[in-house]
Amino acid sequence: MDELYRDYILDHYKQPRNFGTLEPHDLEAHDHNPLCGDELGVHIRVDDGKIAELRFHGQGCAISQASASIASEELIGMPVEQIGKLDADWVVDLLGISISPTRRKCALLSLKVTRGAATGDASWPE
Amino acid sequence: MAPLATSLDVRADFPVFDRGFAYLDSAATSQKPRQVIEAMDSYYRCSNANVHRGVYKLAQEATDLFEGARERVARFAGSEAATTIFTRNATEAINLVAYAWGREHVGEGDEVLITQMEHHSNIVPWQILCSERGATLRYLHVSDEGLLSLDELDQVLAEGRVKLVSVVHVSNVLGTINPVSEIAARARAAGAVSVIDGSQAMPQMAVDVAEVGADFYAWTGHKALGPTGIGVLHGRRELLESMRPFLGGGDMIASVGFDSSTYNELPWKFEAGTSAIAEGVGLGAAIDYLGGIGMETVRAHERDLTHYTLERLGEIDGLRTFGPGDPDMRGGVVSFEVEGIHPHDLAELCDREGVCIRAGHHCAQPLMRELGVPATARASFHVYNNREDVDRLAEALQKARKVFGL
Repeated sequence: MDELYRDYILDHYKQPRNFGTLEPHDLEAHDHNPLCGDELGVHIRVDDGKIAELRFHGQGCAISQASASIASEELIGMPVEQIGKLDADWVVDLLGISISPTRRKCALLSLKVTRGAATGDASWPE
Repeated sequence: MAPLATSLDVRADFPVFDRGFAYLDSAATSQKPRQVIEAMDSYYRCSNANVHRGVYKLAQEATDLFEGARERVARFAGSEAATTIFTRNATEAINLVAYAWGREHVGEGDEVLITQMEHHSNIVPWQILCSERGATLRYLHVSDEGLLSLDELDQVLAEGRVKLVSVVHVSNVLGTINPVSEIAARARAAGAVSVIDGSQAMPQMAVDVAEVGADFYAWTGHKALGPTGIGVLHGRRELLESMRPFLGGGDMIASVGFDSSTYNELPWKFEAGTSAIAEGVGLGAAIDYLGGIGMETVRAHERDLTHYTLERLGEIDGLRTFGPGDPDMRGGVVSFEVEGIHPHDLAELCDREGVCIRAGHHCAQPLMRELGVPATARASFHVYNNREDVDRLAEALQKARKVFGL
């Protein structure tokens, strides 16, 4: 099996979970990775301070799209105030593959837009 | 009939290939032959001094090397030394025109005309100029085949508002070779100044800028086997003489008073500050090297590789190439996409096989939007590439499809 394009990564890439748009939604953000043109937006519906529903939408490489899909499953149910505390390691660990420096931003884009939606902080996660 | 495989075999001149890569990203930057590296090394070891000023022998030697390179570069391009300005790169050359000519001559209600296939370096300077001057930036369309329409050019020019036309000679994405002499002639007939971005053309085909007949022709050294940090702007003498300087400083003046200065003659009027001397010497060695091979041979080689690449990539399921189908109409660059695999993933998987290709928007985001893709993968060639590199690419792409379960 390929060390980067593992079966579950490709599965999430080909059949991304929680993809689409969400109307109405309470929080949203949209961003892109200027290096390769990966694009990702997020819609979030909040209920009782927690993420009740979340949808990512966009297009990009397998790493960016799988990262969004895998993260979405963890993010639903999470208190919104916790989103700002998530760091780069959180999403890299979730992916479970070793990410080279050139692909790091692909992996981090989903967390970047989610943090942007929840906290307004649009910086790259560290 | 398939063309004969090229007999050009110069890879041994390029030390980087000891590492075994199939380097297919020369449209981004070319590799450098030993002759260029040695010329720059020798300049620093034996002849380094600042140019144009010193009275001592060493300074004269450095000046002769630098100005000798300029003369040979001018000859190589069909221009003359006085109208061959060294810049940092093609981007700076285009900016020079936008600032030094554009600010004087483009005003409110005027139009600057470019095309949808331009590199960002031939878009953004004009956006800045137009927004500063209240002018409008217009784009000629690119057809599905990757071609411009001279009829559309005529129509836009006939409206009478275009002050400047700037067009890429060879597209860094589609490979399209544009009819630049026709474009320059039509611009002139309509009273507009013409600029040609020759970054992908000068390195791979015989270009005579006098024959092209544009008012300005910009290109860069590092795509032409030369070093980074040196570009070239060829300009029409009357325009260059009438223009104000781009940057102010040393070397570009005749005399400096407390309130004003008089400017140096061409080309130094546009070369403020100490030049990239070693890089100029390196570029001189690069065009000597290309001249030694012969630009007709270089072009035939690139044409053969492009033809072979279109053929090999055509065998891969789900692969689509962009740009003209006829290799006679395109330079040595092939952009493509593979259904179900993002270009970024393709580049990563090719890298595992030692095959270096580009993935992304290639600094041409408006064109990507027009093509309806977020990004493409791109293979591009120079003299050191051969059919085996293309075979390695084709195999790597087949492997990538397997990894993705396609």
